[in-house]
Amino acid sequence: MIRKLLLLIIVVAIAGGAGFWFLTAPARVDPAKLATAAPGDAKRGESVFWAGGCASCHAAPGASGDARLVLAGGHELVTPFGTFVTPNISPSDKGIGKWSFEDLANAMLSGVSPDGRHYYPAFPYTSYARMQVQDIADLYAYLKTLPPSDNVAADHRLSFPFTIRRGLGLWKRLYLSSDPVLTIADATDAIKRGQYLVEGPGHCGECHTPRNAIGGLDKTRWLAGAKAPEGKGVVPNITGGEGGIDSWSEKDITYALESGFTPDFDSLGGSMTDVVLNMAHLEPADREAIAAYLKAIPAHPNGFPKP
Amino acid sequence: MKRRIAFAAAPLLALAVFSAAAGADPIADRQALMKDQGKAVGSLAPIAKGEKPFDAAAVLAALNKLNDDAQKIDPAKLFPVGSETGGETTASPKIWEDNAGFVAAVNKYKADATAAAAAKPQDLASFKLAFAQVSQNCGACHQTYRIKKN
Repeated sequence: MIRKLLLLIIVVAIAGGAGFWFLTAPARVDPAKLATAAPGDAKRGESVFWAGGCASCHAAPGASGDARLVLAGGHELVTPFGTFVTPNISPSDKGIGKWSFEDLANAMLSGVSPDGRHYYPAFPYTSYARMQVQDIADLYAYLKTLPPSDNVAADHRLSFPFTIRRGLGLWKRLYLSSDPVLTIADATDAIKRGQYLVEGPGHCGECHTPRNAIGGLDKTRWLAGAKAPEGKGVVPNITGGEGGIDSWSEKDITYALESGFTPDFDSLGGSMTDVVLNMAHLEPADREAIAAYLKAIPAHPNGFPKP
Repeated sequence: MKRRIAFAAAPLLALAVFSAAAGADPIADRQALMKDQGKAVGSLAPIAKGEKPFDAAAVLAALNKLNDDAQKIDPAKLFPVGSETGGETTASPKIWEDNAGFVAAVNKYKADATAAAAAKPQDLASFKLAFAQVSQNCGACHQTYRIKKN
């Protein structure tokens, strides 16, 4: 009897382990999808680079001007899950100099490293998953033109159980999707472009949308504002709901993204300062598209508690 | 009789002068000063944006106003130890953790505000340049030294 029970426990453990292994396996992008991309255009890739905000996390902390193009990594994101340290993604042996286009696409669209491990979603592939393959190809070409750095960034410092990367496979099953977040009826071309920029490369939702206890975005309160992912304070509500930006015109939003000034001439601060530096590099039509989208999305009251 | 009133009033007057000089409420004082600078920026930004025509005299007046306000930012008086919390302050603890960095950021702003006013821009292009130079200080300082609370 005891023998049978023991056998049963072993069988269940093996089945459970196999199930976990199967369910958490890192899944790469379909190679046929990647094969549709034309060779990358570095010039187009530059605007993808600024839309994606790569420099905000991958340039050395405190870098300004041209130094923001040296993607040496080392920026620390101090979160409730632990401290994430951004890696070197410059075109050197210490960075991603040996990566193929497919490697970059798998990292950005599936959150999978070239050696087949899950990335932590501090790297916002949950948004980048919505990007067009051609944009990744163009970005790949642009990243190749940037200055190399031999910096080796420190390891992440996380607490258990977040140290088990494999577990992210389950998390991704819940929260990783390339589908658009919203369905907007009668969207104009500008709204569609804005939706792509905000939900995809711009990864605005990663900070402006509240998260649940295990770090999944609450899409029923999309862009309603949230407690800051790092440190104290909040990230503002950018919907038209109470506490949000209903009183801002499309022009106000466009100008804020370009200059950093709000309609009452306060200035945007915190990590948004860096976002403005990136957004200022976009074509004016792209900033206008973001504004058009933000005026078209459902209104929600603030997604964070009152102070 | 008159003298008696004067005697009675003197301590009150002294108290009033003292509290005005010491800044009884540094949080309220610094918030008022920030708002005032917002007003100056508010008269300049629409010109930079191209919504209002360039007017050299109006621009100079606003740049002078902004410079006057900038010079009034005295970190020791407006951000003294003990004013980290309270009121509706959105000051970041980093102001006190890295006070030297904060003071350096304030001094850079003061220098840029003075330079922008001294430039006395005579056309839109030179104004935009001067305005960009001084206004990038707003975001740079708020990036590190302010925390949004609502």
